[in-house]
Amino acid sequence: MKQDLSRASEIIERYDCAEHNLIAIMQEIQTEYKYLSQAALLLIAEKLGISAARVYSVATFYENFSLEAKGKHIIKICDGTACHVRKSQPIYDAIHEYLGLTGKRKTSDDGVFTLETVACLGACGLAPVMTLDGEVHAKMDPDSALALLEQVRREEAAQ
Amino acid sequence: MKRMKLSRETFHVMQSNAKNALRLSESRPSVLICAGTGCIAGGAMKIYENMKAQCEKRGLQVYVGLTHDSAEEQELHIKMSGCHGFCEMGPLLHIEPMGIMYIHVKPEDCEEILEKTVMKGEIIDRLVYHLDGVAYPRQQDIPFYKKQKRVALANCGQCDAEDLREYIAKGGYAAFEKALFEMTDRDICNTVIDSGLRGRGGGGFPAGRKWDSVRKNTADVKYVVCNGDEGDPGAFMDRSIMEGAPHCVLEGMLIAGLASGASEGYIYVRAEYPLAVERLQTAIAKAEEVGLLGDNIMGTDFSFHIHINRGAGAFVCGEGSALTASIEGKRGMPRVKPPRTVDHGLWEKPTVLNNVETFANVPQIILKGASWYRSIGTGNSPGTKTFALTGNVVNTGLVEVPMGTTLREIIFDIGGGIKNGKKFKAVQIGGPSGGCLTEEHLDVPLDFDSLKKLGAIIGSGGLVVMDEDTCMVEVARFFMHFTQNESCGKCVPCREGTKRMLEILERIIHNEGTEADLDLLEELSATISSTALCGLGQSACKPVMSTLKYFRNEYLYHVRDHHCPICDGEKPHPVIDPEKCKGCGKCRKNCPMEAIEGSVKKPHVIDGSKCINCGACVKNCPFGAIEEG
Repeated sequence: MKQDLSRASEIIERYDCAEHNLIAIMQEIQTEYKYLSQAALLLIAEKLGISAARVYSVATFYENFSLEAKGKHIIKICDGTACHVRKSQPIYDAIHEYLGLTGKRKTSDDGVFTLETVACLGACGLAPVMTLDGEVHAKMDPDSALALLEQVRREEAAQ
Repeated sequence: MKRMKLSRETFHVMQSNAKNALRLSESRPSVLICAGTGCIAGGAMKIYENMKAQCEKRGLQVYVGLTHDSAEEQELHIKMSGCHGFCEMGPLLHIEPMGIMYIHVKPEDCEEILEKTVMKGEIIDRLVYHLDGVAYPRQQDIPFYKKQKRVALANCGQCDAEDLREYIAKGGYAAFEKALFEMTDRDICNTVIDSGLRGRGGGGFPAGRKWDSVRKNTADVKYVVCNGDEGDPGAFMDRSIMEGAPHCVLEGMLIAGLASGASEGYIYVRAEYPLAVERLQTAIAKAEEVGLLGDNIMGTDFSFHIHINRGAGAFVCGEGSALTASIEGKRGMPRVKPPRTVDHGLWEKPTVLNNVETFANVPQIILKGASWYRSIGTGNSPGTKTFALTGNVVNTGLVEVPMGTTLREIIFDIGGGIKNGKKFKAVQIGGPSGGCLTEEHLDVPLDFDSLKKLGAIIGSGGLVVMDEDTCMVEVARFFMHFTQNESCGKCVPCREGTKRMLEILERIIHNEGTEADLDLLEELSATISSTALCGLGQSACKPVMSTLKYFRNEYLYHVRDHHCPICDGEKPHPVIDPEKCKGCGKCRKNCPMEAIEGSVKKPHVIDGSKCINCGACVKNCPFGAIEEG
């Protein structure tokens, strides 16, 4: 199915098709579409009058941009120093296993969850922390993290 | 409706109105709920909502902020404040004018707090901070706060972060007004130079000299850029300032604009700080609305506009030239310097680039003068420094102390010591670009220069405390993994060098390394730090170098013993196979600890409580009957 890029167009125009707004444009398009599709990147290049290679280089440089569709719910495990010394890795491992992820795959087969790490959320006082769809959950351990995901699964099933 | 244009006179009217409103509100009880990221994650918003609902149930008039003028309308103020800093104890709730602080507040506590504390002045012991059996109901008495001195964080946690009038009532924008009408650009630069204010982002370069260089430049367009890309894992000072006192940052930037002759400012905020972006946006909108930002401010020919740029997740953008490249919509890659940012910054124009905390210090320096600022801190590093105290420490949180305070005071007096009664081992200061300090450094006064001598840096101010259960090789690997991941790839030493170093560290951690690997690590560190293009690359090996220096024994556990007691647990002692043992007694005779017992021609047994795992028995058994544990 072809992606409807009319909203992407609007966003680019709102930023005056200006090259220096490239990052802001991509951020907003990603918020809208959850990721940056090839078609969206080509559209940006065309409207901004710059090469596709330049758009691609910026899109792949920054950690926050995703060129693949993500799951419905985004889990981010903080692996900043404070969380790391308060044992964040076992939480990541437990979720990784729970979602049945292997290798570089970050999204579960059913497309419900995407698992990522983040360098530091700055909520070190609550370490270890994770976010689920942007909401910070404090002082986690593998059990409480899995319980949280179970709850989301149940809510998903109920709908 | 077009608003009346702000003039110096109308600003004074605004100021005195705000001050009166503040005085009035101070005589009434107000409840401040900490709305920093930490406390919000702990449920602060639910407390806020519940507090409001409970008040309405009682028919109490509730007001948010200072925006209600008639006295009879004001019974109770509920405010969302910036970070109080005592994040470990959150969510925090502060009640004025009594100065009471409650910790670990839950939404269901609201009713009781209203009934007892707000209405009757009774203290609820359960919610009070206790230490060693002593209750500390008042915030100012709590040991965590007692040793602190708040300059950059002065307004953080004390007022409603989103309320411009409250900021003005507490002296906000008065420094800008003074600078605008009573000082020349040269005066401002000189005051900042005389104050000795040094950049709080890590480098420690004198801020005033930067401003003065830009001021002297005759270019027609100049910029002021605020670096809020606080990427060091374990640091959240700038986030707390942007969230808790956004106007203070804007005022600092306005003054920098006046001093340097710039009329455009940019704040580059890390993508992971959505709340900071929101608060700054609100602050900018309000300042524009009243005319503190915009064209011809207060009827002068000074115009200033501030824009926000959100980062997109690249640590390297904390480096000046990478940050300006990112604002320009490019990949955030550092470039060769010189030319410096002051000559060749954003869009190749002269640019004042300072960190959030640096700007937040400026208004008070202008108001109170350079000598006041110099009276705090040490000779070469005046003023205060905020630190994010985290890791295995009892009181995690945000602290601000005069420069020259010792680590012992910060970690033990303010931080309350090590969590769970463990032993202090080290503290990582300055994040992935810094080094670790150990027990022997606990009494060194912290400032820019003393730390440089020790191979660490103050950096932006992250202090991650580590206890005896932390393996320092693992810490070094963690930071190398971070830097490797964040290396922008432009220069070979950083791109390739950090990758090789990480491989070696991975090998060591898995007990597969050799002692020669340690030499290799040292050699690579020396090469990378002298040849990498930017500061981040040059300092990438600091954690490895400093852990090698202070904790070489832990590396040796991994490469020599192939067993680290911290990572792998107690090493099991060797076991004698009774089937194979002929009872020759050779092991017994060779054991330096007399840990082996047994009579001739009978199977021998090792006493695990005495064994030190030296391996002598294994080597000396002629029958191969002893297996390494």
